[in-house]
Amino acid sequence: MLQQWKGFVSGKWTTEINLRDFIQQNYTPYEGDGSFLASPTSLTHQLWEKVKDLMAVEREKGILDTDTKVPSGITAHAPGYIDRDLEKIVGLQTDKPLKRAIMPFGGIRVVKSSLEAYGYQLDEQTQEIFTKYRKTHNDGVFDAYSREMKLARHSGIITGLPDAYGRGRIIGDYRRVALYGGDRLIEDKQAQLYSLEVDTFDEEVIRLREEISEQIRALKELIQMAAGYGCDISQPASNAVEAIQWTYFGYLGAVKEQNGAAMSLGRVSTFLDIYCQRDLDNGDVTEAEIQELIDHFVMKLRMIRFLRHPAYNELFSGDPTWVTESIGGMGEDGRTLVTKSSFRFLNTLYNLGPAPEPNLTVLWSEKLPVGFKRFCAKVSADTSSIQYENDDLMRSYYGDDYGIACCVSGMRIGKQMQFFGARVNLAKALLYAINGGKDEKAGEQIAPMFAPITSEYLDYEEVTAKFDLMMGWLAKLYVNTLNVIHYMHDKYCYERLEMALHDRDVYRTMACGVAGLSVVGDALSAIKYAKVKVIRNESGLAVDYAIEGDYPKFGNNDDRVDKITARVVEDFMNKVRQNKTYRGAVPTQSILTITSNVVYGKKTGNTPDGRKAGQPFAPGANPMHGRDTKGAIAALESVAKLPYEHAQDGISYTFSIVPEALGKTEDSKTNNLAGLLDGYFHDTGHHININVLNRETLIDAMDHPELYPQLTIRVSGYAVNFIKLTREQQLDVIGRTFHERV
Amino acid sequence: MTNNIITKSGRIHSIETCGTVDGPGIRYVIFTQGCPLRCLYCHNPDCRHPEDGKVVTVNELIVDIQKYKSYIKFSGGGVTVTGGEPLMQPEFVGEIFRRCQELGIHTALDTSGYVKLATAKTILDCVDLVLLDIKSFDPTIYRKVTNVSLEPTLNFARYLSEINQPVWIRFVLVPHLTDPLHNIRGLAKFISSLSNVERLEILPFHKMGEYKWERLGYEYQLKDAPPASPELVATAKNIFQEYGIKVY
Repeated sequence: MLQQWKGFVSGKWTTEINLRDFIQQNYTPYEGDGSFLASPTSLTHQLWEKVKDLMAVEREKGILDTDTKVPSGITAHAPGYIDRDLEKIVGLQTDKPLKRAIMPFGGIRVVKSSLEAYGYQLDEQTQEIFTKYRKTHNDGVFDAYSREMKLARHSGIITGLPDAYGRGRIIGDYRRVALYGGDRLIEDKQAQLYSLEVDTFDEEVIRLREEISEQIRALKELIQMAAGYGCDISQPASNAVEAIQWTYFGYLGAVKEQNGAAMSLGRVSTFLDIYCQRDLDNGDVTEAEIQELIDHFVMKLRMIRFLRHPAYNELFSGDPTWVTESIGGMGEDGRTLVTKSSFRFLNTLYNLGPAPEPNLTVLWSEKLPVGFKRFCAKVSADTSSIQYENDDLMRSYYGDDYGIACCVSGMRIGKQMQFFGARVNLAKALLYAINGGKDEKAGEQIAPMFAPITSEYLDYEEVTAKFDLMMGWLAKLYVNTLNVIHYMHDKYCYERLEMALHDRDVYRTMACGVAGLSVVGDALSAIKYAKVKVIRNESGLAVDYAIEGDYPKFGNNDDRVDKITARVVEDFMNKVRQNKTYRGAVPTQSILTITSNVVYGKKTGNTPDGRKAGQPFAPGANPMHGRDTKGAIAALESVAKLPYEHAQDGISYTFSIVPEALGKTEDSKTNNLAGLLDGYFHDTGHHININVLNRETLIDAMDHPELYPQLTIRVSGYAVNFIKLTREQQLDVIGRTFHERV
Repeated sequence: MTNNIITKSGRIHSIETCGTVDGPGIRYVIFTQGCPLRCLYCHNPDCRHPEDGKVVTVNELIVDIQKYKSYIKFSGGGVTVTGGEPLMQPEFVGEIFRRCQELGIHTALDTSGYVKLATAKTILDCVDLVLLDIKSFDPTIYRKVTNVSLEPTLNFARYLSEINQPVWIRFVLVPHLTDPLHNIRGLAKFISSLSNVERLEILPFHKMGEYKWERLGYEYQLKDAPPASPELVATAKNIFQEYGIKVY
């Protein structure tokens, strides 16, 4: 055994790259409560004060500082510090805290316009290089896009595509850097390269060989970058501080190189706990020192920044980075994967105050230790900063060493990646079905010229038949568009380091998505159970709908509409599945909007459920605002009925409740929230954000943002600083169903 | 009065599937229609008239309740029938409770106790917990608040003590109305004479029901009443605790 591994139980992990085996052989499950946790040290206080000050200036200015010349890369910038004497964990994306880097491989135009939006100028030479000599992902995509693809993008039936920015949603197994050290990982990649000296060098083999060579280069750069900070990561980490530092360096390399939409961390807390526990057992550290390391690590994760155009906020608000860390869950052998460090990560929300990042995600199982369940419920009620996902459901798909990328996308760490595909607007597709492929706003012909519906009242059979055709067209166009995007992303903006921290052969999914599901479900229900009269304009375009009578609405645990809604999910997924995907990726879909439900709503006309043009959709899989009238649990049950097997990229539900509606005492609040999570996940719900907030607090924060710098709320799959939302989004959150009956 | 000749159905105002303040755990709360009281602070004035609301059968309710058994089980919750005054429809409510208990679901009855004892007796067998609202102890204040007399409620409370029925007492604390010290003390003394009271809940007055009064065209007489201050709640709490009562 290596010196650094002294005290560890050996296993398959010692002879092959196998993180799961290392964890299984060595971790210490923890069944107790949070009473052992330590408060922040004075060092932590001092450092966090400095960071908060910087963040306050940043909020004022939009961005604190940015590079304008040097394309970012693992070694592009000199080492940077907040305050060298105070930092236990070091490393910044650029040479200064919160200074943003430019990442032109995704697209130079978006870099230029982003800089200009904040009053900076792109360096001329850099611009020339990326216009004249080096092609970008964005250029590649537009070279290959068809006319129809451009049209669909323009009309907003497909939106948020990663064609001008990094696709993200890839999780490098950053733990590998700590456990094995860079040299061993390079050696392994060399062996992979030799294994690809095969008889036939076809396109697939050639591409993979080139990629692995790039991966090796990235690992070498990572070692060099860490050396700049005085750390030799060519060798394995030998204690807790090194394990955290090495893991962070792995992640830091990734966020220096890629401006992905979501740059998730994976599932590191239980892995790191093994090192923490060994140091504690050896008497080398105290609990306070361990917590200090984790607080400092989390502080760094809170400082991850990307240069993005302010317009990006319209879609994904509040400068999100989705540094998602998955915590807890159960092992396949029945032991819990909760360790003391699972608590320590959540404890950062007390030690540093609430924050949207890292995106702390608890993998919930009925079988989790009671002490942990109650601790999570308490932290949720106190901070509104946690999301929960169904471990019992996902473990059967991904085993027990998976993590969440972005918001709700489960994937095996180091073994699986996805081609992120944003989402299509299903509500618009329904309107296209009624209007024969014409856009309801401009009257432009977007989809093929199917025969429009001409009757005065909508007939359920006719509408669903036409909607089925429209979904088929949309799915085909959508997958083809994603094929273009990911072909070009691999070619011009390949994630060298993240993929270096993967096995040779990865399982790829094509992550499609839908928005406006509850609008469609309610609309179809209205057509079936009430009478929906079409109102057409002078050119015959259906532009509004009058509903006569009442109809069952999604969110009330009423099978009549819930089954229709679940069926839409299954039907669209099956349409997607009929198409050939790039690199043989397995198609999946999410029901997730993030904050884009607002902009989707803005771009969509009146819908047959009674929603008016411009009104926001409900976020993710939520019922429409105010239509769930039987209370929170009925709404949860409706959402839980949506079939995960047809939405394996995740089903997002955002739940907001006022504190008093959770129970009368602290103890009953904790009990009821934990019971609610147990019930929801037992009934196969997939994801839930928990907000425990007063509407009045939010209204006050709109008027006095300076008083609420850390007010955090959960929105569809991630958390944001409330005060960083656009005003429209703030109003959407406030207008959203709050469960408050007491 | 009500159309309760058919025992298997009754009138309800609405359902709340995430009740957390009417008994332990997460509760399926049924708001029945009809109430003989006219409480000044009533936050469900829309539950008053027995002929309003909608008719549902016990069967329909039981089918619906079972959709929530996971939440009920994991949180240690159950079913609460409130209103309105559930005991205005004793056969209907009794049947709901009986069926719930057969399914192993905890049952709670939320009542003002303004009821004929003989009527109440018929259903108490199937009730695990009674949430008894004693709106005041001073008979004059009680009448002012509710428009009915106090005596039936006290009789009911004594009877529950006799049969050792678990009870949570609830008392709405309204400044300048129910807060005179003698009123609170009297209630505390009375409760301490009972042997079956597990806890007392002080419900500080809030105006969340006001909008309903306006919508219904009723005049809300507590428009200018302030919410109960934390100090007032603490004072009341102390008095109850002096009498050895567990206060929540």
